[in-house]
Amino acid sequence: MSDHLLKSIFGRLTWESFPLHEPILLGTFIVVAALGLALFGALTYFRLWGYLWTEWFTSVDHKRIGIMYVILGIIMLLRGFSDALMMRAQQAIAFGDNQGFLEAHHYDQIFTAHGTIMIFFVAIPLVVGLVNFVMPLQLGARDVAFPFLNNLSFWLTAAGAVLVMISLFVGEFASTGWLSYAPLAGLAYSPETGVDYYLWSLQIAGVGTTLSAINMVATVIKMRAPGMTMMKMPVFCWTALCSNVLAIAIFPALTAAFFLLMLDRYIGTHFFTNELGGSPMMYWNMVWIWGHPEVYVLVLPAFGIYSEITSTFTGKRLFGYTSMVYATVVITILSYLVWLHHFFTMGAGPSVNSFFGIATMVIAIPTGAKIFNWLFTMYRGDIRFELPMMWVVAFMLTFVVGGMTGVLLAIPPADFVLHNSLFLVAHFHNVIIGGVVFGLFAGMVYWFPKAFGFKLDEFWGKVAFWGWVIGYWVAWTPIYVVGLMGTTRRVNHFDDPTLQPYFIVAAIGALIILVGILGFVMSIVMGFVKRDQLRDLTGDPWDGRTLEWSTTSPPPAYNFAFTPVIHDLDAWYDMKSRGYERPAGGYRPIHMPRNTGAGIILAGLALSLGFGMVWYMWWLAALSFAGLIVVAVAHTFNFARDYFIPADEVALTESKRHQPAVGA
Amino acid sequence: MTDHTRLPSDAAPSWHLAEDDDHDSGGNGATVLGFWIYLMSDALIFASLFAMFGVVRTNYAGGQMPHEIFELPLVALNTALLLASSITFGQAMPHIEAGRVRATRFWLAVTGLLGAGFIGIELYEFSTLIAEGAGPQRSAFLSAFFTLVGTHGAHVTIGLLWIGVILVQLGQHGLSQPMKRRLICLSMFWHFLDIIWIGVFTFVYLFGVLR
Repeated sequence: MSDHLLKSIFGRLTWESFPLHEPILLGTFIVVAALGLALFGALTYFRLWGYLWTEWFTSVDHKRIGIMYVILGIIMLLRGFSDALMMRAQQAIAFGDNQGFLEAHHYDQIFTAHGTIMIFFVAIPLVVGLVNFVMPLQLGARDVAFPFLNNLSFWLTAAGAVLVMISLFVGEFASTGWLSYAPLAGLAYSPETGVDYYLWSLQIAGVGTTLSAINMVATVIKMRAPGMTMMKMPVFCWTALCSNVLAIAIFPALTAAFFLLMLDRYIGTHFFTNELGGSPMMYWNMVWIWGHPEVYVLVLPAFGIYSEITSTFTGKRLFGYTSMVYATVVITILSYLVWLHHFFTMGAGPSVNSFFGIATMVIAIPTGAKIFNWLFTMYRGDIRFELPMMWVVAFMLTFVVGGMTGVLLAIPPADFVLHNSLFLVAHFHNVIIGGVVFGLFAGMVYWFPKAFGFKLDEFWGKVAFWGWVIGYWVAWTPIYVVGLMGTTRRVNHFDDPTLQPYFIVAAIGALIILVGILGFVMSIVMGFVKRDQLRDLTGDPWDGRTLEWSTTSPPPAYNFAFTPVIHDLDAWYDMKSRGYERPAGGYRPIHMPRNTGAGIILAGLALSLGFGMVWYMWWLAALSFAGLIVVAVAHTFNFARDYFIPADEVALTESKRHQPAVGA
Repeated sequence: MTDHTRLPSDAAPSWHLAEDDDHDSGGNGATVLGFWIYLMSDALIFASLFAMFGVVRTNYAGGQMPHEIFELPLVALNTALLLASSITFGQAMPHIEAGRVRATRFWLAVTGLLGAGFIGIELYEFSTLIAEGAGPQRSAFLSAFFTLVGTHGAHVTIGLLWIGVILVQLGQHGLSQPMKRRLICLSMFWHFLDIIWIGVFTFVYLFGVLR
């Protein structure tokens, strides 16, 4: 009786679900809990909860939402990187009799969590965050098209991240690889909670990403400042537009694939099972129709960041703007036509494989065009090697190698040899670290003063730069080598002792990257400590060329007192070079969206729905689902969604700006 | 590449727009555009489900085949109800434009009733099939059938809820600008579901029975 009652309340959650017998997890939990309590205590002591709630959590300001996305991405980067360090440590020591410190099942969870977190909860939040912060400013807009939706999107992403973090201490995470391939991820082979955690956290976050993408596309199409035709739009906005169009085109496939896998696991359908007519390969097709374009969803905005920085720090208009735009669009289209190269070995036959192999190689052409555009922008430019520009150069040198190994892997016969090898793993880390991560760091260093009003500390910024760049090459060159020799991925123990030196070097490389990560954190901390010396009073610390540099750092809530009128690409450069002067009066009330708590409440309900479903607590899931509908409907009854900033307040804000700017 | 050589001596351009307060978020047709884009992403979810169905449509696993379980007269009735509901929604549109609240509510209510009839028949069909042992667990074909048709049905159910909410809000706010915007989105949603159903009717039911 009481057993029955417990089961209906707690589902399959029991005391055994808590990993009290795992010293690594227990230690992690104690550290996380201590830090969490300290943070909670500090926030309570300094009475910051009210401030955080009204100014940040419920904010519909695209700048604050962008910053929250970036903070989420950096926190999850620390988690994902700890997984990486554990893997590198395990592979460096687990040879012959030494089994290392991670048994296979735990190791499987770590590489799954590492991949899942790094893509979904590090790369996506950082990219979305930068787009959120920068794009409306570059467009000369006051906010995005749907400010509330933006807040909801962020909190749904955060809810997904929280669910992944819960899996660390309650139950276990998936051990099926970062895309949870069927049939392994089916109930027959993975009966535990891991895959359910995986599916629910990614579905919740995926809804957020899709809504955010719709929002950004509508923003670009409808909210551009007057005069800004599509071909006068900054390249970063173009790449953000293409990236978000692509996201809208691919996330439905992932949502559908996960939905069908959920049905397999929860109600016993046979989509991806081995029996009664199921087709596991269909799962692979659907997740990779999402998966390959996703790489471009991430890297296109990074390309945009490189373009903006190259142009700014060479003091020149971007070389070949039009070709850059077309290259971006071509990559967007082609990226949808290459997914099958992830499983040439499936046996689709030579003609299918040839098509996908050739389509994959063709992508190198527009990408190469971009590289040459950046090089020609730098050619005879007045190059300033400040931190953002250093990241751009490191990117070009690193990314080209990753691109070339990619073309190599696109050849189906070569892929048959290298499929599932560490060579492949080295390749995608090469393009994602060298392309996406370097771009994100470049973007964060570049736009940090815009967001917070002071630059990052340069010394620690250089530590971060050299740590990442040297660390990347030391960590991944040996992995390329052992991969080419045939070492497979996702292995926690090796028999061949001659491989060990390579893995030891790789582990040292990971430690150097750790220096880079800590250096980045330190550059924020030291930047904050020295903020008075690093203060940007002009709003234009890098001699920028696009509209975001025409307002203050940090920008006021309304971004621009007057909607700017655009006459040229590089609008701010145009304004500066033609003797633009800021108007000193004539302000009008500004129409703004009002903050709302509906987003965080909906995301909280989605989180408890996910948790209830993972643990089979049907009452919790049902209540949360009903709650979601009630809150969503109730929100539609709220018609008071906007307010006006009075002209006096605008005048006051703008007058504060004038004084320090004098003589600058 | 020529513009940036322009000299400061050019005629002083205007750098700012002293705009009226209609530059608000979601205005300028952004909501309708955004909703349209959402529908396209939803169409891709259905495309994925159609693709899944297409791959496993003959994987009966020794279970029931389409011509044994589909009752075309029932499906024809169902299709007629849904198509008629699109016509009745169309009847509401001129009244929305003209701001006639009562007529709008009437036609929306008729649309909702037809939609509810559609859902009722679908639930009857599903329960009959499950009672016959042709549930979604029986074979990949049946899994895909139930999921595709059921996902469409879930969308129609959300549409019904939405119609209900709109009926209440029409009573509170009349045909204000935000309400008109919502009605345009709702009508797009409703017609979109009709289009999906035509695909389901053709590829799942008609082609299934022919096979």
